[in-house]
Amino acid sequence: MSTVLEVRGLSKRFGGIHAVDGVSFDVKEGEILGIIGPNGSGKSTLFNCILGQLHPTSGEVKLDGKPVTGMRPCDLNRLGVSRTFQLLQVFPELTVRENLILAAQEHEGSMLTRLFGKRDVGLTGDANRMIDFFRLAHVADNKAGALSYGQQKLLDAAMAFMAGPRLVLLDEPAGGVNLTMLANLRERLEAINKEEGATFVVIEHNMEFVMALCSRIVVLAEGKIIAEGDPATVRSNPKVIEAYLGH
Amino acid sequence: MSARSAFGAVAALLVAAGLILAPLGLKPYGIYILSLWAVTTIAAIGLNLTLGYAGQVSLAQGAFVGIGAYIAALLTAKGWPLGVAYILAGVSCFGIGWLLGYPALRVQHHYLAFVTLAFATLAYLIFRNEEWITGGIYGISNIPRPSLFGYSFGRPRDFYYFCLGNLALVSLATWWLIRSPWGRAFVALRENPVRALSLGVDTRRYTLMAFALGAGLGGVSGVLYAPLVQYIDPTPFALLLSLNLLLMVIVGGSGYFLGPFVGAVVAVLLPEWLQAADKLYDALGPVADVLSMVLPPSALKYVAKHYLVAYAVFVMVLLVFSPSGIIGFIEKRIAARKALRTALAAQPKVAS
Repeated sequence: MSTVLEVRGLSKRFGGIHAVDGVSFDVKEGEILGIIGPNGSGKSTLFNCILGQLHPTSGEVKLDGKPVTGMRPCDLNRLGVSRTFQLLQVFPELTVRENLILAAQEHEGSMLTRLFGKRDVGLTGDANRMIDFFRLAHVADNKAGALSYGQQKLLDAAMAFMAGPRLVLLDEPAGGVNLTMLANLRERLEAINKEEGATFVVIEHNMEFVMALCSRIVVLAEGKIIAEGDPATVRSNPKVIEAYLGH
Repeated sequence: MSARSAFGAVAALLVAAGLILAPLGLKPYGIYILSLWAVTTIAAIGLNLTLGYAGQVSLAQGAFVGIGAYIAALLTAKGWPLGVAYILAGVSCFGIGWLLGYPALRVQHHYLAFVTLAFATLAYLIFRNEEWITGGIYGISNIPRPSLFGYSFGRPRDFYYFCLGNLALVSLATWWLIRSPWGRAFVALRENPVRALSLGVDTRRYTLMAFALGAGLGGVSGVLYAPLVQYIDPTPFALLLSLNLLLMVIVGGSGYFLGPFVGAVVAVLLPEWLQAADKLYDALGPVADVLSMVLPPSALKYVAKHYLVAYAVFVMVLLVFSPSGIIGFIEKRIAARKALRTALAAQPKVAS
């Protein structure tokens, strides 16, 4: 298996705080890597540094062996890296279908060809498939802002998959989602992973969800990696237990 | 075609017919005011793109109208055809608007408002103080009206149709733009720039483009304004014009296609109507007798005398009750009725 993402010595300081402190790990093609850690351990900051939302203070990020450190999120996205955010991020005034079309339209052609080309950029078919896949058909023409929280969460994830990304970083996909919806979401993620070979990195607090979904887990505490391995190993690691339960 | 879009098409045709027939029953001043409405609407459409769709606050739209007007005045007074001024003003305002967009990449909301406000002030000072080019406070007079293929648009009614034709073209182009993937990207930029960026939307480019397109339409509006009034000085392009255009966009319904049209009716036509309120009953004939029992003629006289007070009260009340403007209010009403009908249809029928 080849390495999709390499993170080397990544650090991010905010003043005197080391939010991320020399983090290194690899993500292999087709794997589902979990990142866990207590609140404030630097997980989201790590994502933001990898994806160019924040500029890392030092360190390097490589995609397929090529350096992408500090690249703009939109350029990185067009290279096939996609993400979701910890808090819901859909476009409330657009319909569900429009949200999905938007999520992939910038991958097609140039700005000029898009202006004079088809209104849906030829993406209605893809959007409808995604709508069926995430079981959102009954609300496809509703404004995203009118959906329930769980439905918006599914849409949020669907948007991240719309352009057929190779690598998807999910920040707490299970947060605030009820059990039925959660099972639905897990099933969808596993299907995309198996059928399309997409690689995942998942930040999650829901241990049951993360242990079931991920093949490997990285544990962060105070900006550093304190443990790494398969779910069972990580779960029994004393350092991990200490980080979660405190001193 | 759904019932709603059929209704929309009929309404649009009626309004278009009304606009075409209106000057037949109007005196030159009325035609002038209607032309001013068309010209102002173009500038408001531009600001609606920048602010309403793409969410970038600008208090500089009036400055672009001024730049367009001065370019048109300077060129046509020297004998150049208006077409040249049209292109030059459109392109220059597009370019300057693009540059004015750069601060928006760093600051947003009221901070951005102040940056653009500074630009509007700067433009006004240039119009007023750089006498060697703008004529300073004396302005530029004898601005000719254009002619096209040998046909002169010199008379008020002809020039009105010229303005109306331009408004139609701008409206069609804008309709195309907001329904294109660009419109979608603009809305995404307005609603959630961080998420849009993560989905491959080059928010930097769209932000600059939103400013440039809005400014370009401001310039086009100015190019029409100069031959409409035939004399320009710096006064109409002071900050007040930018604020007025902002008012039109907000009152009409920011981010709605029809918003600027309605907003310009409120800002350009309504004050004129209110000023002539005391003459309303003269025109209504027998209906006036019925109406005067509810609203005495003295009240109308009062409104006509203090029309700016009545206007201000109207705008304040409107915005308190409908912050999303007139079109926003109508849209919400339609949506609520639709929701009610769906809910009623879903309800099981009670046997009687």
